Amino acid sequence: MTENNERRVISVIVINEASVLSRITDLFSGRGYNITSLTVAPIPESKYSRLTIVTSGSVRVIEQITKQLHKLIPVLRVYEHADLVEKEMALIKFPITENLSDINTLCEAYNGKIVNVGENMIIAMVSDEPKRVENFLTAIKRYNPKEIVRSGAVALER
Amino acid sequence: MQISGAQMVIEAFIAEGVDTVFGYPGGAIMNVYDEIYKQDKFKHILNRHEQASIHAAEGYAKASGKVGVAMITSGPGFTNAVTGLADAYMDSIPLVVVSGQVPMSLIGTDAFQEIDAVGISRSCTKHNYLVTDAKDLPRILKEAFYIANSGRPGPVHVDIPKDVTAQIEEFNYDIEINLETYKPHTKGNPRQIKKAMEAIANAKRPLFYLGGGIINANAAYEVRDFVHKTGIPAVETFMARGVLSYDDDLLIGMLGMHGSYASNMAMSETDLVIALGARFDDRVTGKLSEFAKNAGVIHVDIDPASISKLVNADFPIVGDVKNVVNDMLNLIDKVNSDNYESWRDTVNNFDELHPLTFHEDSDRLKPQWVISRVGELLGDDANISTDVGQHQMWTSQFYPFNRPRQFISSGGLGTMGFGFPAALGVKAATPEKISINFTGDGSILMNCQELMTAVEQKLPVINIILNNNFLGMVRQWQTLFYNKRHAETDLSVQPDFVKLSEAFGGIGYRVHTKEEFDAALKDAIEKNVVAFIEVKVERMENVMPMVPAGGSLFNMMLLEKKEK
Ligand SMILES: Cc1ncc(C[n+]2csc(CCOP(=O)(O)OP(=O)(O)O)c2C)c(N)n1
Ligand SMILES: [Mg+2]
Repeated sequence: MTENNERRVISVIVINEASVLSRITDLFSGRGYNITSLTVAPIPESKYSRLTIVTSGSVRVIEQITKQLHKLIPVLRVYEHADLVEKEMALIKFPITENLSDINTLCEAYNGKIVNVGENMIIAMVSDEPKRVENFLTAIKRYNPKEIVRSGAVALER
Repeated sequence: MQISGAQMVIEAFIAEGVDTVFGYPGGAIMNVYDEIYKQDKFKHILNRHEQASIHAAEGYAKASGKVGVAMITSGPGFTNAVTGLADAYMDSIPLVVVSGQVPMSLIGTDAFQEIDAVGISRSCTKHNYLVTDAKDLPRILKEAFYIANSGRPGPVHVDIPKDVTAQIEEFNYDIEINLETYKPHTKGNPRQIKKAMEAIANAKRPLFYLGGGIINANAAYEVRDFVHKTGIPAVETFMARGVLSYDDDLLIGMLGMHGSYASNMAMSETDLVIALGARFDDRVTGKLSEFAKNAGVIHVDIDPASISKLVNADFPIVGDVKNVVNDMLNLIDKVNSDNYESWRDTVNNFDELHPLTFHEDSDRLKPQWVISRVGELLGDDANISTDVGQHQMWTSQFYPFNRPRQFISSGGLGTMGFGFPAALGVKAATPEKISINFTGDGSILMNCQELMTAVEQKLPVINIILNNNFLGMVRQWQTLFYNKRHAETDLSVQPDFVKLSEAFGGIGYRVHTKEEFDAALKDAIEKNVVAFIEVKVERMENVMPMVPAGGSLFNMMLLEKKEK
């Protein structure tokens, strides 16, 4: 395909039952589409779960994915909008020898803080738009982060 | 009533009106077979291979319009059935396939004959279930039949562990199906339909592109009416043969790789494609960017995912073809069939230029002659199935189909070995018709064990083996595109097909001439037992015309012209 591959966020409401997740991921892998991130959690007081999938592809590919997702029997709804509120969380482990007040100040700028302090390491948390989380992770490179965990995006249409 | 899971399967089948089940027993499904033994409401046909059971159920479903039902055991029973499931999925055939599974307590332990069946069938079924509690079984079975035969039809697989078939629970089948997440859209959008009809009225060179979905939707007669009232020429896909009768003046022919010159030219020249239940398969469109290049597209399909998947639809209409065509018929006043007269002439001229034909120029019989001859002799009295290869394309080109569900063939997956077992299912569904399977010397060996099923069940399918001593279709590509390097396609070494059939209790004929062929066919019909008629045909015949893979429909390789 010559069309450009743009980042897309798809949210899917599915019946919360065994095998539903593999139905969805199979659909991507069987067609050679890549999943950048995927989060799942039950929707409170319902039999449904919400998945947020970040993927990339041309308009046509994304349209196909959306339709194919919809075709799966346990899928209730598929949203593919540009107009979403998106958030992502990251946990980062730093050596305790780094400048903790700098790190803390940076974290605060990204809705985060230091959440755990151990003998040799501290763990910091930030939560923000995925793009900003990315920026944050670039900015903290010089504090020698030892491990980084990202949650993947969650999103809600406005 | 309190019954076992196994009994529930039987009761559900009876409630669904199932009269024939194809299958093969084994350890994990034995509880259900025990109940089959005890009942007399439906018939069980023991195929001699699980793949054949699924194909037979497909043939049954296609010929009858009902859901085909098959039953198999776990592990190898299931894996043998996978090709059949994939075939049914590709061709949108409604099936319910029940498989046994190892007991719940053993799942995940690499138990004897354990395989993750739902993991495998996920990608080749419309839906599947692993039943973990017999309490769910009535609902699951009811959903399975509903899902298989609604919306875009397809196979549904239900995997039942052995202890679940033994579990005793309350059975109530009188339940509402309530699938909030599955509601097929059957009624077309009236505004789109109106716009589409206006587009038809304004078009100068519109063309119907008829697909297999019409047959699934039982809409062939409505479509015939629509075509006749509009006076718009039509092409059929391979899967749609029989939607229009072969002698319909408005039927140009088959579209695609081995479609007729006139059909492919019409598609290249049209200004409005009216696609009904078709999915723009690559074997049909040829090079996509050149397909119906200057045309608008109306696309009616029950499956939204088929619309604008490959070719952008200007008038997308999601709905059951039958409903949509009926709605369109209500607006038929908008269309004046006289407007298309010169277009009809253009199309007829294409056909006169390069009609679909063949030359009788060899000592050996031509396969096309054999197929045409059966058409002359049996016509509407036969249901026709095929295997996969050249003989399949020739059958589609040269048999005079004149009704839907007369032609049963593996289109999407192209499964060699489909024809014979499918024909058994066809015969079981429509015993009043003669069941003919056109097959090849390669394909027939892929399910020839079904001779035993045919003899035992008295299903007198007539297999006409068009023997070219080649994997002919592959050989044709090698001849044309691989500089005649015929790698591993020469089938000079062959069984004695006559004896093979006889060994199972069938009858066999080997024929070289037209007279011998007529006599053999007549005799086989009279004897009314399963038959192999081996016809020695011209070895190097190619299926023509042909759009080379990836080429444009208007660039066809044509049959050489010969002076009489
Ligand atoms: C199960 C399977 N394996 C391989 C193929 C590839 N294939 C397509 S046509 C063909 C040749 C079929 O030979 P035969 O049955 O003799 O038919 P013919 O083309 O000679 O009429 C083959 C090998 C297939 N379609 N299905
Ligand atoms: Mg052959």
